[in-house]
Amino acid sequence: MAGDTRNGTPQAAPDGAPAHTLVISDLVVETRGREPRRILDGVSLHVAPGETVCLVGESGSGKSVSSLATMGLLPKDALTVRSGVIEVEGEDVLSASPKRLRQLRATRMSMIFQEPMTALNPVLSIEKQLDEVLDAHSAATGTERRKRIRDILELVRLPDIERMCRSFPHQLSGGQRQRVMIAMALILEPKLLIADEPTTALDVTTQKAILELVADIQKRLGTSVLFITHDMGVVADIADRVYVMRHGRIVEDGPIGSILREPKKDYTRDLLASVPALSPRPARPATSAEIVLQTSQLTMVYGRPSFFRKGEGTVAAKDIDLVLKRGRTLGIVGESGSGKSTVARCVMRLLDPTGGSIRLRNREIADVSRRALRPHRKRMQMIFQDPNRSLNPRLTVGESIIEGPINYGVDPDSARNKARSLLETVGLPADAIDRHPHQFSGGQRQRIAIARALALEPDLLVADEAVSALDVSVQAQVLDLLDDLQARLGVALLFITHDLRVAAQICDEVAVMQKGRIVECGPTGEVLGNPAEAYTRQLIDAAPGRFWDFPNFRPLAGAHEPSRQDVMVEPAR
Amino acid sequence: MAEHPSTAATGPGAKPVVRRNFLPRIGVRGLGLAAWIAAFALALVVLMALFAPLLSPYDPIAMNPMERLADWSLAHPFGTDAYGRDVFSRTLYGARTSLIVGLGAALVAVLIGLPLGLLSGFFRTLDAILMRIMDGLMAIPAILLAIAIVALVGSSLWTVLVAITIPEIPRVVRLVRSVVLSAREEPYVEAAITVGSSLPKIMWKHLAPNTVAPLIVQATYVCASAILTEAILSFLGAGIGTETPSWGNIMSEGRIYFQLKPSLIFWPGLFLSITILAINILGDTARDALDPKLGKRRQD
Repeated sequence: MAGDTRNGTPQAAPDGAPAHTLVISDLVVETRGREPRRILDGVSLHVAPGETVCLVGESGSGKSVSSLATMGLLPKDALTVRSGVIEVEGEDVLSASPKRLRQLRATRMSMIFQEPMTALNPVLSIEKQLDEVLDAHSAATGTERRKRIRDILELVRLPDIERMCRSFPHQLSGGQRQRVMIAMALILEPKLLIADEPTTALDVTTQKAILELVADIQKRLGTSVLFITHDMGVVADIADRVYVMRHGRIVEDGPIGSILREPKKDYTRDLLASVPALSPRPARPATSAEIVLQTSQLTMVYGRPSFFRKGEGTVAAKDIDLVLKRGRTLGIVGESGSGKSTVARCVMRLLDPTGGSIRLRNREIADVSRRALRPHRKRMQMIFQDPNRSLNPRLTVGESIIEGPINYGVDPDSARNKARSLLETVGLPADAIDRHPHQFSGGQRQRIAIARALALEPDLLVADEAVSALDVSVQAQVLDLLDDLQARLGVALLFITHDLRVAAQICDEVAVMQKGRIVECGPTGEVLGNPAEAYTRQLIDAAPGRFWDFPNFRPLAGAHEPSRQDVMVEPAR
Repeated sequence: MAEHPSTAATGPGAKPVVRRNFLPRIGVRGLGLAAWIAAFALALVVLMALFAPLLSPYDPIAMNPMERLADWSLAHPFGTDAYGRDVFSRTLYGARTSLIVGLGAALVAVLIGLPLGLLSGFFRTLDAILMRIMDGLMAIPAILLAIAIVALVGSSLWTVLVAITIPEIPRVVRLVRSVVLSAREEPYVEAAITVGSSLPKIMWKHLAPNTVAPLIVQATYVCASAILTEAILSFLGAGIGTETPSWGNIMSEGRIYFQLKPSLIFWPGLFLSITILAINILGDTARDALDPKLGKRRQD
């Protein structure tokens, strides 16, 4: 090691402070084992003091591995650094002793993760957790520590700080937990903050607040931020510079403006072109007047009071009125907990609604028995969020697809033939029929799930966050497929999503849900283009990158091009 | 098409392909030395039991008053008992009894416990009733229950088998139920509901396969515990009659002459210990190899 810096002052290079907070050069990471695979193949990047650098890429591109390697947190039994250099403020991380690494992790660099609940200790109060960090890495006295804890909690804009100090992680909301994580990461004022998808699990409005917070703190403390994300909208909002990763390599890098305006590599262009635009697509003419699905006063209350249970119960959905015609797409948008999935599951009768009616092709199905429901089941099919879990891993693709038709009396041979043609319909080779789901990528599995749903020739497809788990390029393909299938088969689509961009591109009508109720419903162009309700406007405003027209590599027409600071300091409603 | 199956598993950025077969493969290389020794010992016991008629020099129940309590010799490797029966032959035949009881109890417990557990995991009302019955069964000491049953029905290999199996069933039911409770929340089970699959089909095709791995592990423990219970019952005199030699009743008879002829207890006791140890070690090995936590993929 070049010098002992145990006193905590940054090690000064001969010519003053090091030029970059973080330098990674030619980093190669491989899996352990007899046949090592390259996970990172010569990654080089650097982060200047006070700079926000975004590392963007699709799943499996190696962006998280890069950050874990920097923190010295690679899973030792699985991955190993083959060659390369990682320097934080000029100090080599890869050759640092475990003890030194622990010191560095707290004082020079820190990290925030996607899921704060798993990163916080559930049995310690917030104050205790923060105090542990201070106790381990600083010589501050008890009163100093108390003050610093309160200062940092104030800095991350948590309300009612004394109560926060006494709270345990499960008593806080997701956004508050992420704020506590940020407080914990920043309490020792590290020079480098690595944020690995810190807002991915949060609602858009919370995401916006957290991004503003990070930018604000960064400005105050001069921290360098390495921000890892898959969301080009977030990148457009916060980045100074961008590295685009794919298959363990840096594909392209540059200042945010030139990446968004003039991407040089095809991959970057494709990535940007697949980001759905926030402006609604032109309205489609109605093709049919036949009403496929109609709900009225649909209500779902969990835990209703009974003989054994007192209390009010939780209202997950109340008085939901929806109308969906043949060949049309109705979107339900809203934040987590708004009840949109509950509505979908009630319509599918995976849940038994506690009130109201559901009419499928003019037949009431809300309160019919399991047996009476059976003939209606084949008329409506569902596409689930996570294609890794919605296909039984033990069954072949064919077995999964023909399960439905066989239930309704189709003979196995013709069902298999149909399954082959369905696979081709959804863009997979017909010989995929004898393989197992694990042999396919996420997007391909979602295609298989769509094929299974289509095998019963339904009138209604319910897609519950069907593209949310997919990478943006795959997402675009699946959306195209759904659109194409709808045009060909005239199926009605009930599309549940939290992503306004997706909703804008696929839905004819949109219902915005909040706290179990529909706050606004109407044609997509009107609801998203000219929202009447404050809540809808709030959702649209919180959508990341809303001033940028990604597919056309330019700022959105009509909107003035805001500088990054404009976006960040916009007053909160 | 940007994605093809062939590219799904290649490239440095691709997620590792996770094999999820009906049964996860257990690599030969992965087995430890203890597991190999255990497998070898158990194989020996099984061979002993299978070929007992060929291996044993004497009829196990033929008495010979001329040679009571003989020391070990070439003619009687383990000596003879108080009736002049050859202890070596009796121990070989005892292996048969033990293995029949062990395997039988495991098999019957799984055959009864699996459907009960599947039903219990799926129907809440039935679950409430079944689980209270199982709680009741578990509250009664296994040996006591077995003694009561044997006393009621009379002692034979089959009544002993039944008496031993009944207390083992709740453990299997609970295990299957817990697996079903978590598996039924899987989206693929909901998907099966939405394509109109009947409940029996969902249980058999989508839920039951999840229970195979934990059941195999549980079955080994049931097996070991049944062998032990049979030996205890026979030792207490509530088990199988001496006309069917079992390790337990050989020891039971030898107990009186223990100070005179320790070998009467030593040999069947040794075989009993080795067998149970071997089964338990193999059960632990199976548990480690089938542990779903070890198979779970790492997230990106």
